[in-house]
Order: sequence, then C-alpha cells, then structure tokens
Amino acid sequence: MADSTGKGRGRSPEPRTTKTAMGATHDVQNFDVDSDEDKSALEEFFAPVAGFGVTMASLFRPVVTEQYPFEKKPTAPRYHGRHQLNRHPDGLEKCIGCELCAWACPADAIYVEAGNNTPDAQYAPGERYGKVYQINYLRCIFCGLCIEACPTRALTMTNDYELADTTREKMIFEKDQLLAPLRSGMLSAPHPMVEGTTDGDYYRGAVTGPTAEQVDWVREHRPEDPSLESAADPGRAQGGKR
Amino acid sequence: MSTPSSTSRPTATGPAGDTGGAREYTATGGDWDEISADAMANPDERIVVNMGPQHPSTHGVLRLVLEIEGETVTEARGGIGFLHTGIEKNMEYRTWTQGVTYCTRMDYVAPLFQEVGYCLAVEKLLDITDDVPERATLIRVMMMELNRVASHLIALGTGGNELGATTMMTIAFTAREDILKIFESITGLRMNHAYIRPGGVAVDLPPGATQMVREYIPQIRDRIGQLEKLSLKNPIFLGRLQGVGYLPLAGAMALGAAGPILRSAGLPFDLRKSQPYCGYETYDFEVPTHTDADSYARVVLRFKEMRESLKIVQQVLDRLEAQDRKGKHPVMVADKRIAWPAQLSVGSDGQGNSLDHIRQIMGSSMEALIHHFKLVTEGFRVPAGQVYQQIEHPKGVLGVHLVSDGGTRPYRAHFRDPSFNNLQTLGMMCEGGTIADVVVAVASIDPVMGGVDR
Repeated sequence: MADSTGKGRGRSPEPRTTKTAMGATHDVQNFDVDSDEDKSALEEFFAPVAGFGVTMASLFRPVVTEQYPFEKKPTAPRYHGRHQLNRHPDGLEKCIGCELCAWACPADAIYVEAGNNTPDAQYAPGERYGKVYQINYLRCIFCGLCIEACPTRALTMTNDYELADTTREKMIFEKDQLLAPLRSGMLSAPHPMVEGTTDGDYYRGAVTGPTAEQVDWVREHRPEDPSLESAADPGRAQGGKR
Repeated sequence: MSTPSSTSRPTATGPAGDTGGAREYTATGGDWDEISADAMANPDERIVVNMGPQHPSTHGVLRLVLEIEGETVTEARGGIGFLHTGIEKNMEYRTWTQGVTYCTRMDYVAPLFQEVGYCLAVEKLLDITDDVPERATLIRVMMMELNRVASHLIALGTGGNELGATTMMTIAFTAREDILKIFESITGLRMNHAYIRPGGVAVDLPPGATQMVREYIPQIRDRIGQLEKLSLKNPIFLGRLQGVGYLPLAGAMALGAAGPILRSAGLPFDLRKSQPYCGYETYDFEVPTHTDADSYARVVLRFKEMRESLKIVQQVLDRLEAQDRKGKHPVMVADKRIAWPAQLSVGSDGQGNSLDHIRQIMGSSMEALIHHFKLVTEGFRVPAGQVYQQIEHPKGVLGVHLVSDGGTRPYRAHFRDPSFNNLQTLGMMCEGGTIADVVVAVASIDPVMGGVDR
C-alpha cells in the first residue's frame, strides 16, 4: 500500500479544483462564511485578526464559569437526580413492593423484596410493602423508566445530584436512605391504616393525615416515637378520611 | 529492556509473526539512546508508530497506526474496538422501550439521533408511522436540530483544541452548554436522554419551553459567530487546514463516507432532502456544499449547517407555539397497546407519575392497572419482520436495522453509525501528509468512538 500511495496524496492537487460538483445547491465561488451579515470592506480587511477582537470583547462579557461546589446552581425541575420513596399523608409508605420499578429498569439497578403487612406491623396501605429496597447507583443510568413505572408514585426522582462516594458498598442505597423524611404531622410507620378505609381510599387522595386512633396505637406500641409529638398536635391535620 | 530483535512478535500493521524478518524496537521501559543509535545505523528500516489509543488528539480511544518516513506518513490505519460495550447485543435482551436507553449511548455527542432513528424504525415495523402525533414529531425535529448544533460545536471545539486553539474549545463548549440546559429542562438529562419513545416522546414540553429556546438561540448564534471570527480567516488556521485531509468525491463515495465529508466534496447529499422523514420536506433550509474537499471545507460546512439547523429550530418553534394556542395536543400515539402508560408530573416530592394516573389505575380501574403492569413488565409486541431506517446524523448517514421475531424484544438491532464508515477514509486522508496533518484530518472526520465501537 505504501509504495502505491507515494507522497502528496493527503494534500490536494495544486491548483485546487474549482469545477462545480454535481448539482451543488450553492454558488461555491461566492461562498459566504458568515451568513448573518454582509461584511464591510473594513471587516474583510481585518478578518484575519478578528480573533483578537473576540478576545478583547470577552474581557467585557459576563463570566460563564460556575463556582461549583461553592455556589450550587439549581437544576431544571425535571432533572433526574437521586430517587426518593414517598409516604402517604398519614406517614404510611407508598411502596407496595410490586417490583415494577425493577422490571422497568434497563440497567438492573433496583432490587425489591416485598413483605406482608400484618396488624402488628402495617407499613403500607393494603397487603404488602417494600421490605427490602435497594438502588445500586453504580448501575443506575438515571433514565427515569422506574418512576414512570411506579403505579403508586412511591418512587420519584429528586433534583439531588451529589451522589459520589468512596466505596462501592456505599453506592448501594438502602431503603432507609431512600425513604422520604417524615414531614411535620406525619406519623412514622408501622401503624394501622386510617380506620374504615381501604387502600383505594389512599390512592384516591381521601386520606389527609393521621387520626387520633393511629396516634394512640403508636403511643401504645412505641411510646418513644419522635414523630408522635407533631402528629398528636391537635392543630395539625387530624384529617383521617375526607 | 528494549533489545533489537528479529524474532516473531506482534507488529503494528501485521499479524503476529509476520514481520518479514524486519528489525523491531519496543519503546517501553528501555534506553531510548540505544534504540535511536541502532535506528540511525539502519536508516533503511521503516518506522511504525502507534498514535493512541490514549493520545489526546485522536478523539477518544482511537488507535492510529502510522508508518512514517521522517515526518511524512506513508501508511495510516485505524485501530478501533477499545470502547466496545456490546450495546447492540444488550438491546436483544431488553424490551423495545428499554432499547432507547441503550442506543442513545452509542454516539453520545448526538444521542437524540440514535433515539429518533431507532424509534422511527420501531414505528415502521409497528406500521404506526402515520399515527405519531404531529406535536411529537415537531418536538423530535427541534431536539434533533439543537443536537446537531451541539454535535458540530464539539467537532469544531475539540478540533480547534487539538490545533492548540483552546479558546475554540471553551467558546464551543459554552455554546453547547446552552443547548444542554435546554435539553435538561425538557428531558431532565443533559445527555443520554431516553426521551424519544416508540410512538412519540416521553413527556410534553414543560411550560414556557418554546420561549426559553427562543431566548437561548441569539446567544448560541453569537457564540457561533465568535468561533467563525476566531477561525475562518485566521492565517494559522488556514495554514493548518487548507488542503489537508483531502478526499475527493470519488474517494468519499467509494469509502461510504457521508455527512460533511461527502458534502465538502461537492455532493449535496442530505437525507433530510433526499428521503425526508419527520416532515423535513416542510421546512425551509438549505444543504450547504463545498468543492475543496479538505478539512477547511468541512469546518466551513459545519458552521453553515449549524446556522441552517437554528433556522429549522425557529420554524419548529413557530409551529409549536401555533399548536400551544389551540390547546393541548398528545405527544404519544393513541393506541394504548403501545403508548407507555406514564404521565409524569413534577411535585414537591420530585418527579413521578401524576396523581391522576395513580387515581385511575389504583383507585378505579383494575383493567387500567393490569394494562399498566403488562406494558411495564412485558412491553408491547412488534410484528415479525425487518426494517431499515436511515436518518441524517450530524456526522452522516445513521442507519438502523431492526429484526423482530414477533416478540417483545428485538431479535437483532444493528446500527450503521456514520462515524464508523467515515473513519474508513482515514488512510486516504492521511497518507502522504505529515503527522501534524493526521491530527487535523482526524478532527475533520469527527469520529465519536462510542458510536464507532457500539
């Protein structure tokens, strides 16, 4: 191959060909490099050193560098960040352990193991809850198919993007790391569902907060529970069923 | 220890043991003086140099095998495969919807083109091409054209950086950042979006998106103008690029090159014009060509194409806003057997399925719930057959070949990535030039190894 090529093949033959190629849509001779404005003769004259003009003008342009991590710019609202497992207004978990998120995941990053709710330990409305919930952030590609798959809006994506850590083990997030913190007025699970409701009522948005019975149940079984204070506050939403 | 040896060891251009008795030096861990002294003593030996795969100017993990005579390259071959990730094979084990998240990672500089190409192919197999809502097509066109600008900016910016013009890179990346911000607000991700889905797009534009894009466009145009001023008439830039990487039309066609390489040789070949898809025949834009067929011509063409793309974006925005005034439009096919069931919404708890959707599937309709489960776990079935879909990628022709056996996953998915075919022109462009010209020529090809190796 080398002997057949010889020198000069990488360079175009001189003089450069100017014949119009087949069906070119443009007048190639008057090819206008900057279609936005017609250049004046002066601009044309200084074109070879126009780059210096760009450099000088840059001195007076605002700086675009972002000062991360000292100043954090907020992401777009739709940004796919760290996942979160949400709760119903009374504090019960929304995850029912159906594993749809794990099915939808193209990267096999989610592991779910469901457990049965019992009268003594009711974590989510209905029969089952997510007993083990792990997301492996070394595998996750943040495509968002899991949140689209979740039938109860238990799994959502927040805008939190600072996920780096030092070991592989720490990158597998467990349920306690993913579960949303209790908002003021919520009662930490497990506790029974609002009396007289079915799980359907929860999904229809009929439950607005913990009831006195639920507070009493938690007080009886876990008197030290820190969420009792705000949940038992009579000023709070003692809604129960709407 | 680097000792001259004539034993059979793997060489750069030939298979192991095929040295033809040539003298060989290994330039690792030895005494360089010894090697050079020996090479001086045998001046008739040919010298084969490995450039890459870690060389910063070979665009990622491209390995160049160069046979040199002084500074002149007499033979150039590319070595690829260092970024092979088995994407096509993996797609055979995922549903048709999940496939989007894989193919978007091929040419990661232009992810939306793989997504659109793949989805158009799936839609063709499903025979629902005409059912895709107009709004979804408009959004696809807008995203593709913005992505084309971003891809060309990378080509020009990194190309300039390789010549030592760091400012080219910083300005190009700044302009690209604006485009990535647009992508982030629409898709939620800056790259690898998985936003285009078979049957439409994942979710409609957020409120005020068209206005936001309009506000970014002048800024992007301004930065493109800065890049033009920095490069196009700069004597050093002209000296480095003009006449370098020359590939005439016959060579480009024989080697299957497309995109700016083919158009720089004078052929106005653009699939958006010759085989329109996504309604490109209804937009007013031109296909710029050049006849110099060198690296400089390709730079000029990329600048021109970016401006044409922004022209298309403006036209799409007009149509999207005209639609907005008429109320809400679907972005997914009406056929519930194919349309992904999700309706995403952003709330105080983050982004997730809308509460309306939850209320319907969990609170009232058992059928809707079963359907949701079936679509997520199993996916939809695609009739048996095969399809080939081509679209105009920023780098050339992107071809998607899908084979279905009637199941919920592709039997085979193959992508004809433009970077792969364009890379075959490397030898023609580089041989006869100097080593410095190789860098320029490779930059003008603009290969992205994620796409080349897949």
